[in-house]
Amino acid sequence: MEKLLAILNELHSDVDFENEQNLIDDGILDSMDIISLITEISDEYDVTITAKDIIPANFNSAEALYELIKRLEDEE
Amino acid sequence: MANARIKNVLHYLRNIVKTNPEKTAFSDGAVSYCFAEVFDKANRIGSFLAGHGIYKKPVVVFMRKSPDEVNAFFGVISGGCFYVPIDEEMPKDRIQLILNNVRSPLVICDEHTLPVAMGFDIPKDSVMLYGEITKTEPDTMALDEIYERSLDIDPIYIVFTSGSTGIPKGVAACHRSVIDYIEELSETLSFNENTVFGNQTPLYFDACLKELYPTLKFGATTYLIPKTLFSQPVALLEYLNKHKINTVCWVVSALTMISAFGTFEVLKPEYLHTVAFGSEVFPIKQFRIWKNVLPNASFTNLYGPTEGTGMCCYYHVNRDFEDNEPIPIGRPFNNCEILLLTEDGKLAENGCEGEICIRGTAVTLGYYNDFERTSKAFVQNPLNTAYPEIIYKTGDMGKLNSRGELVFVSRRDYQIKHMGHRIELGEIEVSANMIDAVKMAACIYDKAKGKIVLFYVGDCDEKTLTIALKERLPRYMIPNRILRLEEMPLTANGKLNRVKLAESYK
Repeated sequence: MEKLLAILNELHSDVDFENEQNLIDDGILDSMDIISLITEISDEYDVTITAKDIIPANFNSAEALYELIKRLEDEE
Repeated sequence: MANARIKNVLHYLRNIVKTNPEKTAFSDGAVSYCFAEVFDKANRIGSFLAGHGIYKKPVVVFMRKSPDEVNAFFGVISGGCFYVPIDEEMPKDRIQLILNNVRSPLVICDEHTLPVAMGFDIPKDSVMLYGEITKTEPDTMALDEIYERSLDIDPIYIVFTSGSTGIPKGVAACHRSVIDYIEELSETLSFNENTVFGNQTPLYFDACLKELYPTLKFGATTYLIPKTLFSQPVALLEYLNKHKINTVCWVVSALTMISAFGTFEVLKPEYLHTVAFGSEVFPIKQFRIWKNVLPNASFTNLYGPTEGTGMCCYYHVNRDFEDNEPIPIGRPFNNCEILLLTEDGKLAENGCEGEICIRGTAVTLGYYNDFERTSKAFVQNPLNTAYPEIIYKTGDMGKLNSRGELVFVSRRDYQIKHMGHRIELGEIEVSANMIDAVKMAACIYDKAKGKIVLFYVGDCDEKTLTIALKERLPRYMIPNRILRLEEMPLTANGKLNRVKLAESYK
């Protein structure tokens, strides 16, 4: 989780990623952010995020995103 | 030239409303207007302007992206004025600078933007609701007279781009430039009455000309795709299929968003047959994925600065490329010429680099209320010493490849293209330097990773600096990395050492 928070904070240092629950719905992360985020995550973790995973439910909070990464790691 | 007699873009609207009034013109999936409704709303807004003696003036349109905002654009033109689109996505400081520059007698708002507009330093009685203005009864006689009196050299819009001094530049374009652009673009990309556009670009840039005006010309249909869908590739393709969208002119990052994450393994675009892209380099790997999924679709690379009215060069991608080979920007549209000029104002030798300069009606009127900066970029053609002839110097360096195709090489200055947006790194530096706690700031662009990196020396932390920058700069200009330094590396003669900065980042 700390690694993920570090990636997120590097993306937007002014966002409270530990508590924010509507990263997509409130437009805090946009499509450019998602592209770089997914690239960073696949560099850092050994997972492949694909199109069907790129939905608001998986990206609205750091927690949800972390759950997604764990789920994908288990599947590998 | 084919359509020399069209002198006003409203010709397209006046024409289509006679032949195809009931067809859907603009929709965002929720609200839709047919051509007759677009014409009616535009006439009401134009009549309001006429009734209030607002003529040949800039009119600010400050609305959420919607079919109504499009109606407002055409309404402003109907009144013989020119529209200045601004958007909630722009930081407030920037909007105020734009308002100061244009000094518009009218700011058209919707319910969402009205409270924001009231916060600006402008006469409060100049702010009006779109919903109120469109209650005006159409005055056909007044509008016909304005239409008859209009010249094709009159402006129709001003859009603002990044300026290195921190003050955005307002590019004003006239009917002639837009009509010639639309005619040539339509021919090049084979638009027709069956074209269904899926618009991605914001309405406050010239990029949306590609959809708005051909829609009027042919009686086509444009869907303004909700922005949030560009963060959900599967839902985005579902939207394209649901609305039978067959033509997209998108920035490369929007296309990459779909192809890079295996969206095509879930579903494929069913109707898409025309894909145009521009503003940045399309990675060949991503291009091949698209070409593979849509083998029969046409793919066209477009190139052009805002000062050259949208796009002025095109390249139909019809061969394969090496992984590191850039897709050419090809050749200029008909009735437009690209001169590759050397620093001393001569034509570059064949195959050698030169600055890309535009000649023809694509050249816009200049920067609004800014003769000084206009005269630096809109200059006398140095090859012509006999009579006045203005060309636009893009600041882009280009050359012809061995096939005679124009290829973009680099920028002459610190302007970059980042995620499809044109950005002056100097503007980011100026904005950072305006913050009290910052002593010195310098910006570089990491091309390989596509990241804007800001270095600074000062007494505030990175987070404080980011928050302060967000008040001044649009979101796409906020640096991706902000790094605090003890001191800036300088060259022997005391100038900022950008090479050393770039090295220190790696």
